[in-house]
Amino acid sequence: MTDTTSGAAGDERIKDVSPLRRMLIRPELGGICGTILVFILFGLIAGDSGMFAAEGVMNWTVVSAQFMVIAVGACLLMISGEFDLSTGSMIGFSGVLMAILSVQLGWPLWLAILATFAFCMAIGAVNGWLVIRTGLPSFIVTLASLYILRGLTIWGSVYFTRQTIISGVSDRAEGDWLGPVFGGKILTGLFQWMGDAGWIATFTRGNRAGQPVVDGIPMLVVWAIVLVIFGHWLLTRTKFGNWVFASGGDAQAARYVGVPVNRVKILMFMFSAFCACVFSMCQVMEFGSAAADRGLLKEFEAIICVVIGGALLTGGYGSVIGAALGAVIFGVVQQGLFFANAESSLFRVFLGMILLIAVIMNTYIRRIITGER
Amino acid sequence: MTTPIVDMRNIKKHFGHVIALNGVSFDVRAGECHCLLGDNGAGKSTFIKTMSGVFRPSEGEMRVEGKPVIFESPRDAMTAGIATVYQDLAMIPLMSVSRNFWMGREPEKGIWPLRTLDLAKADAITMTEMRKMGINLRGPDQAVGTLSGGERQTVAIARAVYFGAKVLILDEPTSALGVRQTANVLGTIDRVRKQGIGVVFITHNVRHAMAVGDRFTVLNRGQTLGTALRGEVDAPGLQDMMAGGQELADLEGSLGGTI
Ligand SMILES: Nc1ncnc2c1ncn2[C@@H]1O[C@H](COP(=O)(O)OP(=O)(O)O)[C@@H](O)[C@H]1O
Ligand SMILES: [Mg+2]
Repeated sequence: MTDTTSGAAGDERIKDVSPLRRMLIRPELGGICGTILVFILFGLIAGDSGMFAAEGVMNWTVVSAQFMVIAVGACLLMISGEFDLSTGSMIGFSGVLMAILSVQLGWPLWLAILATFAFCMAIGAVNGWLVIRTGLPSFIVTLASLYILRGLTIWGSVYFTRQTIISGVSDRAEGDWLGPVFGGKILTGLFQWMGDAGWIATFTRGNRAGQPVVDGIPMLVVWAIVLVIFGHWLLTRTKFGNWVFASGGDAQAARYVGVPVNRVKILMFMFSAFCACVFSMCQVMEFGSAAADRGLLKEFEAIICVVIGGALLTGGYGSVIGAALGAVIFGVVQQGLFFANAESSLFRVFLGMILLIAVIMNTYIRRIITGER
Repeated sequence: MTTPIVDMRNIKKHFGHVIALNGVSFDVRAGECHCLLGDNGAGKSTFIKTMSGVFRPSEGEMRVEGKPVIFESPRDAMTAGIATVYQDLAMIPLMSVSRNFWMGREPEKGIWPLRTLDLAKADAITMTEMRKMGINLRGPDQAVGTLSGGERQTVAIARAVYFGAKVLILDEPTSALGVRQTANVLGTIDRVRKQGIGVVFITHNVRHAMAVGDRFTVLNRGQTLGTALRGEVDAPGLQDMMAGGQELADLEGSLGGTI
């Protein structure tokens, strides 16, 4: 592939590199620059709109965290050389499945959640298995799952409830031990204390008077941070992570040296499904309902975050931290334009431009690092 | 003479109705460089892939240190001490030299589930081993893609040697290289042989073979035309064996392919 010969130039090419350059030349550089740029930009155009007050910060943090959760799954899968276009459909499917199990069939919430995770990860495994067995591009195989899962979701929802929205999950969550792991908030005491101390604004009227406007960190944010740390650790610090890079970099070369490429890829499909389920469980617990149209286009948003974060679409190269920064960029731009009162259609123009700039920059950096030509 | 480390007898390999190997015998001893010569399509790659467990022979016998073996996978061959540097190298250009060096055999530390790569150890050993082979890396995290073709070969060879290869198979390591890089790789082969490792050097370049080979076997249309010792044969002789086989094949072709 890149096995080009360059005559006798061998040794002379190896020069000393300054530590500054060394620090800068990393896969996440595009993501880091993009993040800084986006914050400066919105600091200027939306600085006095409340975007950087407690409530505003929580607003874009939650949106960024949503992107982050699915971006981590998409990132590891992309590095292992595959795509999952069924993420969005999986979000809709898992939410509705959980709601049917708990609300319609009366299962305890925790059991419904665990069963949903197990079933969706099994679907992820089937996606992976099909890709391996047929040798078809995962793009095609998961495009099929995208339609199949969305269709099943709408059909199932209508079959059981005659509607495409299933409410009543909040009631089932009452007193359940697993529900708060997705729908709860942490550090509520700290936020109350900060409100009392006047550090963050409190409600002045209504039945929540005296309570801080931001009353805790949603579990979704905790999940996002945990998944990013886990993903980064797995990828850069473990043997399995090395196998993920190897499987995406050159599956045949990896097989020659005994890397279980098929197992790695199937596990990454399952992890992608897991992340989609985390996303949907948090969403369902927050809204108290599931809807068959949830998660539309999320697969592309996840892939965009990952690519902004410096990953190579063809696999073998990328960074979870980069993908997380991509998610922050995505979340801040989406919510920032809202705060800045800009036309929401501008969001897409802006996003397209950021995507282009980040990818050009990432490609340039990657060439420096990997000697790609 | 000592028993060969690997002894392949009358190996046949069919792909459907294609007969890629039609009874090839070949052996390699410790500390020698046994060259396998042949034109493109002669079956060299197919033969060494059976030797390294990628293919299972349709017929024939394999012995490792005198004992009959059957390799189910490349892993089995690796365990038996047979390491292969494939024509396509099995290197991942996007990954660092250190990560490539240890790929599939990563050193770990800590206790499960928090077992992590022992990066310090991996990097230090990679740097030492590469220096031994005469390659000065910018750092262990330098990507393989930034290395020249000859350097990549050397990384692959260093990796095989470090992991205790008794037999090192090199599939056309010099075919894509320039003059100086070829000299480096031939130097590496010599160094490896002197460590007591048996080297199987595949090439279609007679001069490269003559430079380091102790024995020479010529493969043509899936068959061996005999093995010669160093000194028994000269470059034009080997060239004739390769070309003569070709003429024979042409003749057979014009007679209606009744092989
Ligand atoms: N997997 C395969 N399926 C069918 N035919 C094959 C396969 N691999 C090799 N061959 C055939 O076997 C013959 C020998 O190929 P190969 O061993 O690659 O030759 P060499 O390495 O000497 O150039 C060729 O005619 C090739 O077409
Ligand atoms: Mg070949």
